[in-house]
Amino acid sequence: MRRPSLRVLSIATIAAFCVSLSLVFFYAPIEAEEGFLQKIFYLHVPLAIVTLCGFVIGGLCAIAHLRTRDQRWDLRSYVAIHMSLIFGVAVLITGSIWARGSWGHWWVWSEPTLVSFLIIMLLYATYQPLRFAIEDPERQARYASVFAITAGAFVPMNFLAVRLSASYLHPRVLGSSSNLPAPMALTFLVSLAAVALLFATLCTYELAAKRTRILLKARSRILGYQS
Amino acid sequence: MSAPGKTSPHAAMSQDVHARPGRSAHAPTGTAKVVRALLRKELLVELRTLESIPGMSLFAVTTFVVFHFALNQDTVSGQEAAGILWVTLLFAAMLGVNRLFVADADQGGFDGFLLAPVDRTALLIAKAIALLAYLLVLELIAVPAFGLLLLGPPLGQALPGLLAPLALGDIGVAAIGTLVAALAVRTRARDLLGPLLALPLLVPIVIGCARASAPLFYATRVGGDGNPPLRWLGTLALYDLVFGLIAYAVFDFLLED
Repeated sequence: MRRPSLRVLSIATIAAFCVSLSLVFFYAPIEAEEGFLQKIFYLHVPLAIVTLCGFVIGGLCAIAHLRTRDQRWDLRSYVAIHMSLIFGVAVLITGSIWARGSWGHWWVWSEPTLVSFLIIMLLYATYQPLRFAIEDPERQARYASVFAITAGAFVPMNFLAVRLSASYLHPRVLGSSSNLPAPMALTFLVSLAAVALLFATLCTYELAAKRTRILLKARSRILGYQS
Repeated sequence: MSAPGKTSPHAAMSQDVHARPGRSAHAPTGTAKVVRALLRKELLVELRTLESIPGMSLFAVTTFVVFHFALNQDTVSGQEAAGILWVTLLFAAMLGVNRLFVADADQGGFDGFLLAPVDRTALLIAKAIALLAYLLVLELIAVPAFGLLLLGPPLGQALPGLLAPLALGDIGVAAIGTLVAALAVRTRARDLLGPLLALPLLVPIVIGCARASAPLFYATRVGGDGNPPLRWLGTLALYDLVFGLIAYAVFDFLLED
């Protein structure tokens, strides 16, 4: 059951990335103002969207965990947040490169999305230190879920607050996909699908690995090995 | 949240045990009553040990001195003044947040509370009100000290407008601080984790408070009528409300063993 789904997901991810990268480099037009650099938009923005969705999914899984007390929901919440943290680092790096290219600075405080993202990353960076500072596994899961719910609710609130504080110095030409020309919008959507698939695949891999490790531990305990 | 059907026999029993002459033995253990008892205990402990408030206040005054030397300025005004005031208040509040549940975790306060047949939310409310009281005392000392030591324009003209941001900021810090303190207190590195968890969550409060109070700290009014911008007060109130509700919703799960 698990193997074919992993294989199917992996193949779908590779195929989606082939399509999206060919679209990015051969189909999408070169943007008039920013030139070739604008191509990073097709990686940066999908990564950011998927990361934030991952954080919120982590919070939703945490709600399910606290409601059902099923440890599997906690595992899902952990994996979603863990993978989002990794994706989030990529978002900050690509965002920095984009800012350097188009505005001349590696970091721009007047870009509210980037700043909110950094604050959210700083908050989620404490998820693992908090979790692994608690020894009792049951309490660890419970506290981690409380954190995941609080932080998940913080994500939209923080965006609202930071956006209010910014005084739109930079016109946000390509901030949203609503005013994109059709070829760019298509490329963007395909890239978003590819990155989302990558996220799902990596999460599935990590879940499979974690479950296998738990299973192995249980088996070796039955057989009396010291692990 | 405890089901009423489940707790009522226990409640009756504990009232029998604790019934004293002169007190109504049949009074229900309502949340308000529990909160009052817990709050009384909290403030009594603070009055007798003086663990939080003097430390917080002293820390705030020392930080103003540090700011004077770090910035090499005798007086500050405007956004800079608002920033210094809020950073100082926030870090001083962190000291109180870090200590908020330590006695309960180390000396069996949690166990005692969990044995009592009362609504667990009462602990959240009582702790948040206690933290709010600490913050108010802190500000009674820190804000005049700030006016005396660093602020360029006279404090008197800014003070009426400053009350609303201070109140809304305090409520937010109390709600988030209580939740974070309860999260961090039973971990190994609680002194480290408390501020690390709280500071990102408090960034929107800093944004709101610093922006709302900055116009009050200019020597000459730069537009406006001396009131803090309503947009920021609205944002602060919304943030306080959302995090108050979140804390209310998740706090019970922190107290389950």
